[in-house]
Amino acid sequence: MTRAVVPLVLFLALAGLFWFVLGKMNEGEYNPRDVPTQFIGRSAPEFSLPDLLDPTQTVRPSDMAGKVWLLNVWGTWCPECWKEHEYLVYLARREGVPIVGINWRDDAADAKAMIERLGNPFLKIAFDPSSNAAIDWGVYGAPETFLIDAGGVVREKHTGAITPQVWKEKFSRYFAAARSAS
Amino acid sequence: MTSVKSMFFVAALLLAVSASARVEVHNFEGPEQEARYNKLIAELRCLVCQNQNLADSNAELAVDLRRKTYEMVKQDKSEGEIVDYMVDRYGEFVLYRPRLTNSTLLLWAGPFIILVIGISLLIRTVRRRRAGQDNNIDDASIRNAAALLDTDRDKRNA
Repeated sequence: MTRAVVPLVLFLALAGLFWFVLGKMNEGEYNPRDVPTQFIGRSAPEFSLPDLLDPTQTVRPSDMAGKVWLLNVWGTWCPECWKEHEYLVYLARREGVPIVGINWRDDAADAKAMIERLGNPFLKIAFDPSSNAAIDWGVYGAPETFLIDAGGVVREKHTGAITPQVWKEKFSRYFAAARSAS
Repeated sequence: MTSVKSMFFVAALLLAVSASARVEVHNFEGPEQEARYNKLIAELRCLVCQNQNLADSNAELAVDLRRKTYEMVKQDKSEGEIVDYMVDRYGEFVLYRPRLTNSTLLLWAGPFIILVIGISLLIRTVRRRRAGQDNNIDDASIRNAAALLDTDRDKRNA
């Protein structure tokens, strides 16, 4: 009797586990490919790159000192970036969120065309065709979005498109706090 | 026949294209640097493909990370320094051979623990089986068997 029950119980336990994990994956709460970032609680790595729209200007994270801001890594080759762009424009224009972009491994003309077509949510766009800043920030896919606080410390990171839900869960509280403090 | 041949030709061409995609020309200062580079790209993980190392992957991130590794080797950074740089940015996950820490202890010890469990289970099963065999054959059945053999021998002799 027990000989038959043991494998059955093991099977049901495994099936239950897979069901649970698949459910979490479908809800987007668990991503097995996600690589947890090393940067939470660390100060933001510095870089110095030309601005996509005005190459005479340089973009540096330290320019944003004293502000709570987002760093968004994107490229025209990345479908999720097209998907989230409209919401980024909304955040920048309606919510007044300061966003700095890193245009990663991209063609400058393509990137400019996309910004012209969909609007520009970015204060500045660092142009990084050779992945220098991207590697330094531990970026492995696009879009990736980091939140940096007024002290220049990385507080939050999201891999994948920013949606209203992601915004509410991960990011909005930092800006609510910044607003009430000022 | 000709269509099979031309298909072969096309397949060979495609293979040639994919094989040439990863040929990168590097100028190392000495074979030691080259060995360091080759060891590193074999042991660092491509984070997009996740089940390939940097050497095997053609993903753009792998190309970038290979280039970064190459640059650091050229600056004569040690293996440890380059690994630290990558772990600092991408976490322990970037290592195909994870370091021995508290969180990876089970990973390292696991196979040996399973081996020990397996061997002890095997020994127990063998012992139990042997004990079971002893119990099944009692004196009466041995005598029975002997008697049968004896009758056989009697018949043959007769």
